Amino acid sequence: MKLVVVTAGLTQPSSTRLLADRLAEATGERLQGAADTTVIELRELAVDIANNFVTGFANARLRAALAAVTEADGLIAVTPVFTASYSGLFKSFFDVVDNTALAGKPVLIAATGGTPRHSLVLEHALRPLFAYLRAVVVPTAVYAASEDWGAGGDAGTDGLADRITRAASELAGLMRPRAPHAAPQTDAQVKIGTGDRTGAGNKTKGNGQNGRSGGDGKRAGTTLPEDVVPFAEYLASLRP
Amino acid sequence: MQFGIFSVGDVTTDPTTGRTPTEAERIKAMVTIALKAEEVGLDVFATGEHHNPPFVPSSPTTMLGYIAARTERLQLSTATTLITTNDPVKIAEDFAMLQHLADGRVDLMLGRGNTGPVYPWFGQDIRQGIPLAVENYALLHKLWREDVVHWEGRFRTPLQGFTSTPRPLDGVPPFVWHGSIRSPEIAEQAAYYGDGFFANNIFWPKEHFVRLIDLYRQRYAHYGHGTAEQAIVGLGGQLFMRKNSQDAIREFRPYFDKAPVYGHGPSLEDFMAETPLAVGSPQQIIDKTLRFREYFGDYQRQLFLMDHAGLPLKTVLEQLDILGEEVVPVLREEFAKNRPAEVPETPTHASLLAARTTEPAGA
Repeated sequence: MKLVVVTAGLTQPSSTRLLADRLAEATGERLQGAADTTVIELRELAVDIANNFVTGFANARLRAALAAVTEADGLIAVTPVFTASYSGLFKSFFDVVDNTALAGKPVLIAATGGTPRHSLVLEHALRPLFAYLRAVVVPTAVYAASEDWGAGGDAGTDGLADRITRAASELAGLMRPRAPHAAPQTDAQVKIGTGDRTGAGNKTKGNGQNGRSGGDGKRAGTTLPEDVVPFAEYLASLRP
Repeated sequence: MQFGIFSVGDVTTDPTTGRTPTEAERIKAMVTIALKAEEVGLDVFATGEHHNPPFVPSSPTTMLGYIAARTERLQLSTATTLITTNDPVKIAEDFAMLQHLADGRVDLMLGRGNTGPVYPWFGQDIRQGIPLAVENYALLHKLWREDVVHWEGRFRTPLQGFTSTPRPLDGVPPFVWHGSIRSPEIAEQAAYYGDGFFANNIFWPKEHFVRLIDLYRQRYAHYGHGTAEQAIVGLGGQLFMRKNSQDAIREFRPYFDKAPVYGHGPSLEDFMAETPLAVGSPQQIIDKTLRFREYFGDYQRQLFLMDHAGLPLKTVLEQLDILGEEVVPVLREEFAKNRPAEVPETPTHASLLAARTTEPAGA
């Protein structure tokens, strides 16, 4: 099973990477060695991601990372907290991921910060981002403040190690019986419809208003991509 | 096979001098470039259509009509005509008019446009881009083929007893290309009608366009217009050349680095490796262009983007001299080699007229 870890830490060594590795390791243990783990350090792709915004396409190195994320059975996404939210690099990467690539995919979200006061960033920023991408985000999101690296739990709160274990169990549980996720039905079409060449970062994402009413299961021929309606059907669907 | 140039019509500051041409200078430069294309033996000039600065060509048939009057052979086309936001009735009339003035040296390439605000400026909704392209073209297709049209659709006032004038020259509508950067729906549309499909083949990696053209070819055969190899394919390309490749790279780099479309991003070398952009000696240009056939199959029309990113007119004219004298003659010869006999030439007014008169009645 493919477990992909996206980490947006900038320093080396980075506490974000440290948290990412702990989560990956714990998830791998729950999967009893069945996890094939790939770590994507966004720092190494920073220029490629910026170039994608400028040119409208991903170069070979970034394409490989995007393919890994798209093909993953489970994803761990970890960001440092910058200015009360995920880092710009983290967001930029998910801006160039295809907007259907994470649909139905189990995702564990995590963040690091200098103070525990930012922990709700996970609930107020990361969870909505992945909800928009229609990922299945596990209930436990893991936040590690600096002080967490040297503390256990207390009467009111689980310590970092317990939170990691709980989140990893939830992710592994979702990865194990995973059914193939449904084919994207609307977003790809609407994204296509914007015609915005530089639109990797500002795709018009779908809400079903695409004027399409072609019949599924009646595709003429076998060569048409799944989301393209045979022309005569399309034309007929437009008649008033 | 046809070779030509297509112009976006951007007004861009020359980064090496800081000088920005006026709109008048740029418009006249486009005309000069078109005349030069004929002079150096190219086959096609195509203009873009834009409705926002820094682009000048908002009115393609006005420009092409003027060029028609000053040329003898040059095929006049567009890249692209906005099928989404123009009234299809006006497209039908404008291009039929141009056909008569240019003695049939006219075709056009339809596209949806890539500037979001143009849709609302022209009273349309960008989310309806594909449906607009489909419905408007269905009407345009009918207006050129039926003398009296009764029609009702979603996006336009119904027509009862309408005849678009003038009728197409000799009753033969201009050949239509459908241009698309990313939409399989448009490849499907082109295949359905047996029209041409044009992939701009610039700015993006070739794999992207290979997928669209493969789809178009397969669906062209599916709809019974011929074999997949007989589908009518056009490609763009982007060049800059000098006798010595290092001179070409040195001269083009400042334009590349500051270009509005890709500047301030990857290096020129990275961009050349990832996309069809070719900067180098004429022989390097020839080698890279000849490879297009390996990826896309034998095709009918090759257009190059030559005049953008602030390149001065003098430089563009020099580029066209090299293109016409050293590059295109070799490309013609090489592309003709091993080209299967059943692969058709580019449709022209004369070939479409001949095809119609030889078709059995009722076909």
